[in-house]
Amino acid sequence: MNDRLNFDIAALKAGDRSEFARLVEETSPKIYRLLLKMLGDEADAEDALQDAYLKALRSLPNFEERSSLSTWLYRIAVNEALMQIRKRKPQVALGEDNGDDSEDVPAPVELADFCCLPESELMSGEGKQQLNRAVQTLSPPLRAVFLLRDVEDLSVRETADALGVSEQVVKTRLLRARLKLRDELSAYWSERVAAQKVEGE
Amino acid sequence: MDEHTHEHGHCRDLLGSLSDYVDGTLGELLCAELEEHLRGCSNCRVVVDTLRKTVELYHMEAEKEALPPTVRERLFSKLDLEDYLKSG
Ligand SMILES: [Zn+2]
Repeated sequence: MNDRLNFDIAALKAGDRSEFARLVEETSPKIYRLLLKMLGDEADAEDALQDAYLKALRSLPNFEERSSLSTWLYRIAVNEALMQIRKRKPQVALGEDNGDDSEDVPAPVELADFCCLPESELMSGEGKQQLNRAVQTLSPPLRAVFLLRDVEDLSVRETADALGVSEQVVKTRLLRARLKLRDELSAYWSERVAAQKVEGE
Repeated sequence: MDEHTHEHGHCRDLLGSLSDYVDGTLGELLCAELEEHLRGCSNCRVVVDTLRKTVELYHMEAEKEALPPTVRERLFSKLDLEDYLKSG
């Protein structure tokens, strides 16, 4: 929704209901999808969705156009999700990769080349389930960067804006997140890759 | 040919470049160095290929999803926007 967002900001800030309804209508599918992948639970995602738009409604008068409206909405939504995670599992949200933004990235472990598997299999119901499961193995800070950048297609700059971190931190977390997901998927598909090699011989 | 492992040496050094490489934003010099390494290291080739595939799969999976109608209705009602709730 990056560059296609075209709203009357003055009207929004002045409390125009129909313009706000239009904003909700057009942005909520993406915000919901982000929250669903962030939280991995439909009820939690719906709670966070409602809270995010309530917060947006309240903060609109103070919206400064330093970032785009969509980046601003993403920021509110991600904060809502991180707050939910902290509420549900306080022990998980703290620590765990948080602040571990060193350049020293863990080396890949799994080397099954799942590229050779047919797309129909990788993108089957089961395949998609694996994609979602793998995202849930990421720590919340890595998950947020990955979802904004690779799923919502924000630029590095916009992702940094939305999360209030530097572009360098975005890049480091993105690399860690992608490598971790690669390892997870590679581990999951390794048996199929081995079986296919045997079939092919 | 050099014996490369993922625990030591060059493979490890190049790890930091892989994300930029699959995005096509890696600088020319590092890019040449990485591609030179890839020619001789099958492990790294698998890592690069599967890393690229991973990003691609998530892109594909992110096709437009509609908001479930009930979620949409409850959101609009929570925001006192029922009047604007046209049939989705
Ligand atoms: Zn290597």
